Formats: sequence, structure tokens, C-alpha cells
Amino acid sequence: MKKLINEVDNVVNEMLDGMVLACPKYVKRLEGLEVLVRAGGSQGKVALVSGGGSGHEPAHGGFVGKGMLDAAVAGAVFTSPTPDQVYEAIKAANGGKGVLLVIKNYTGDVMNFEMAADMAADEGIEVDKVIVADDVAVENSTWTTGRRGIAGTIFVHKCAGACAEMGGSLAQVKAIAEKVIANVRSMGMAIEACTVPAAGKKSFDLAEDEIEIGIGIHGEPGTHREKISTVNEIADQLIAKILGEGIYNAGDEVAVMVNGMGGTPLMELYVANKHISDVLAAKGIKIYKTIVGNYMTSLDMEGFSITLLKLDDELKQCLDAPADTPAFVQY
Amino acid sequence: MPSRIYECIEKIAEKIKENKDLLTDLDREIGDADHGVNMARGFSAVEEKIPKDDDDIGVVLKKTGMTLLSTVGGASGPLYGTAYMEAGKAAAGKTEITAEDFGAMLGAAIAGIQKRGKAVQGEKTMLDALIPAQEAYLAKVAEGADIVTALDAACDAANKGIEFTKTIRATKGRASYLGDRSIGHQDPGATSATITLETIRDFLKG
Repeated sequence: MKKLINEVDNVVNEMLDGMVLACPKYVKRLEGLEVLVRAGGSQGKVALVSGGGSGHEPAHGGFVGKGMLDAAVAGAVFTSPTPDQVYEAIKAANGGKGVLLVIKNYTGDVMNFEMAADMAADEGIEVDKVIVADDVAVENSTWTTGRRGIAGTIFVHKCAGACAEMGGSLAQVKAIAEKVIANVRSMGMAIEACTVPAAGKKSFDLAEDEIEIGIGIHGEPGTHREKISTVNEIADQLIAKILGEGIYNAGDEVAVMVNGMGGTPLMELYVANKHISDVLAAKGIKIYKTIVGNYMTSLDMEGFSITLLKLDDELKQCLDAPADTPAFVQY
Repeated sequence: MPSRIYECIEKIAEKIKENKDLLTDLDREIGDADHGVNMARGFSAVEEKIPKDDDDIGVVLKKTGMTLLSTVGGASGPLYGTAYMEAGKAAAGKTEITAEDFGAMLGAAIAGIQKRGKAVQGEKTMLDALIPAQEAYLAKVAEGADIVTALDAACDAANKGIEFTKTIRATKGRASYLGDRSIGHQDPGATSATITLETIRDFLKG
């Protein structure tokens, strides 16, 4: 394993301090905790709290700031944070108008965040939650734990965050989050697995000419493996699966996110985006906004995911609203 | 007479840490390669934090559960944390336990895991080791067996449960994303649960 780290056990701790030093205008760290909150606090508005295992940077700490999150909790790499940390984040972010937890649908995240919500509710804090499950690679049936939450989560942060910033009530902010969740779908792939520092080896092994389709964001293998083809053919496969949901039809307007998994050059993401735009145009689906970059990563994994969000006027307004965070700025 | 509960927890911590790589490797096959790492981190914290001089089995187990809850993370943290806390509630105020008491503690731990994890038997989880273990244990106790004999039967059943997890598809936890590809692999959680039961038995055997 070759990594730019010191002690394996201290990676998350040093990263959080480094982020605060880089972005003091945006975030501060709760002392002794793995929690970043807005430097200026969140008084008088509904607070959005998210988080999860580390290794997905800039998610979630990079989205703490005006128009998006109020607090982000960082667990160990790819491991959900513990209830006590989430509870402290809820308490610190609470500005008196209630707190909405944005949880990605993983067994551990859901359990830890729910336990924290129970603890906060016992203290009289108004807490509600939404669970993001946008990954179409995973079948949603009674036979699985449900779909995973992946890059579509960033659109939840953006839209629900905008609603909260505009003075929405907890119920209104939750309704926006639920609307995004109902209309957002993603799928990802990898040409190379990632290496978790504590494990020291790649999370799965791919031959020189193999790719893994349908990967999650924790180095877990995907749905199947195949020979590498062109990015156009790979993108076709991901888009076909997303469009197969039947949500996105001719005449609809969508936001597109082409998200890098951490080790993919932007050049390749833009190449993918060109084809994605062409395919959607050919289907009569109008692209209202495109975001290309590394937003929900998986350490050094090489690969990308595609996310589509179907828009209406309300979601457009939320998407267009200003945001000022370390990793997403929009005027 | 001191309860020796601290020594028992210490033994479990030692065994879990000894099996850190095994648990992590099993998790790499069908999950996210962190079960051993997370459990070892949790039990290292337990070794530091649990009261060495408290004889109340309930207090020590509760503290163990709370420590696991705040240090393990992932799904294992809430599940093992809840299991120890519930077992602790069932043993509140006790400094020694009978075979029946241990049955009640095991039952409380399993009920806690089921409630928190919303899982049932047959989903390729730790319950596939624990529930057969509990059934075998209670059957032996009903026949009048002592705690060690009953735990022997429980451990046999738990190991059979591990073998059973190899034959089924995961429908809970991250392994469920693999669909049929999870078949053929043994469940890391069932493995760590079995290691725990075996350690308790070996400790009681002395």
C-alpha cells in the first residue's frame, strides 16, 4: 500500500483538522469529536445533519455551509459514525427550529443515526430523518436491505439545504428532501478498486482488462464484472439502467451529475459527460443543469457514477439557490 | 465472592483481537472489509474503560455495551452494543449466574439484536449462529445440564449455523447487495458471535 498518510488510525482526525485549517470561514470542529459544524452557527433555521463513514470526501464535511448542511459527522473510513457523535452533531446544529437527518441507506448508518435521533428526541430536540436510496444497481425488494444511498445524496443536501436557508419549516424541508429522493437515481462503476488504509490492500481485484459494474461507494464489489469497453458503451449501460426506472421521459427536465470516484481524471469525467448529454438529448430529456466533478468519492477508486434528478419548478428553485460551502459554491 | 465478569470480558476482547484478520478477511469477501478492524478497536476501548473492580455483572456488561456502541461504528457497533446492554439488564444486580440466568441473558441479547437490526433467522447474519445456539442451550438446560455442558451444545449449534450461512444468500447488511454472489461465503457476524460464545464457554471451563 502506498498512501500519503501518517498513522493509519489517525487519518480521519488529521483530515478533519486539515479541513478546518483550510476552510475556517466555513467550518469548525466540535472539540474532541469527529464533527464539523458551520463556523457561524445555525441559529433560527432548520438544521441539516448528515454524515457517514469517511473516505467519501468532499462528502460530507465539504458541504457544510450556507445553503447546504449545518453539521457533518465523520466515522472511521467506510464505517458509520457512532450514535454519541451523531447526537453531539444534532445538539450543536440545532438552531431551535428542528433538525433533519440525511441518512444514506446502509444498515449501520440507519441504526446509528436512529439511535442518535432517539437520544436527541429524549432531550426535547425536534428531529426527523430521510433515507437516501438512489443506487439502481441494487434491486429494491424484500430480499435485500434496500438500495444504497450514493451520489444522489448531494442533490438532497443542495435542495433541502436551500429550503432550510429560505426559512422552510422542518416539515417543508423534509418534503423537499423526500421529493428529491423520489426523483433521483444513480449508478456507478469502477475500473480499479480502492484501498482502505486500515486494510492495506485493494477491496477487490480486477484484471488489467476487467471492470466492475454497479459498485457501491465503500469498495464493495458490484453486481457483475465484464471486459472493459469504451466510456460511451459503459455510460450507455449505466444510463439504460437508470432510465429503466421509468422516471425520466421525453420532455422531462433533469439535473445531471457525473461524479468521480476519487481516482479518475476530470478529463475522463468530461468525456463521459459529452456522451451522456448526447444520449439524453436523443431521448428528448432536457438537461437543466450539469455538475461534473468529485463529490461522493470512494478513496482512490477509479471509476464514476451517473446521477439524474427529475426537476419541477420547486426543485429548480432549490437547485438554483445560492450555496457557499468548501466543496460547492454557487451564486 | 468476586464475579470474575471483568476477566471474562477481557478474554472475549483478547479472542476478538486475535481473530481480527480472519473477521476482516471474511468481510472482504462479501462486505466492506472492516468487521475485524472495527471489533478490535471496540474491544481495545472496552479493556481500557470497563470497571475492573465492579462485581455487578449487569453494570460491567452495560458498560461494555455502551463502550462498543461508541467505538465500533458500522452495523456491528449498535448490534453488539445493544446485545451486551440487554444482557446486562437481564443480569442487573447479580454477582453470579445460574444456567437459567445465562439463558435469560442470551435471550435478551438476541431480542435486542433483532429489534435493532430488524432481522430474522436465515438472512445470513449473526442471528444464524445465535438463535440455534440459544435453542440448543435451552434444550440442554431443560434436561438439567449445567452451564458449561449447555454452552458446549450452544457452540456446536453456532458452528453449524456458520456452516449454514455459507449456503444462503444474504438479505440483510451490505452482503445483500451481492445477491447470489454472497452464497458460498460464511458470515463474518455469525463468526464473531460464535467466537464470543466459545470464549465464554472456555472461560467457564477454566
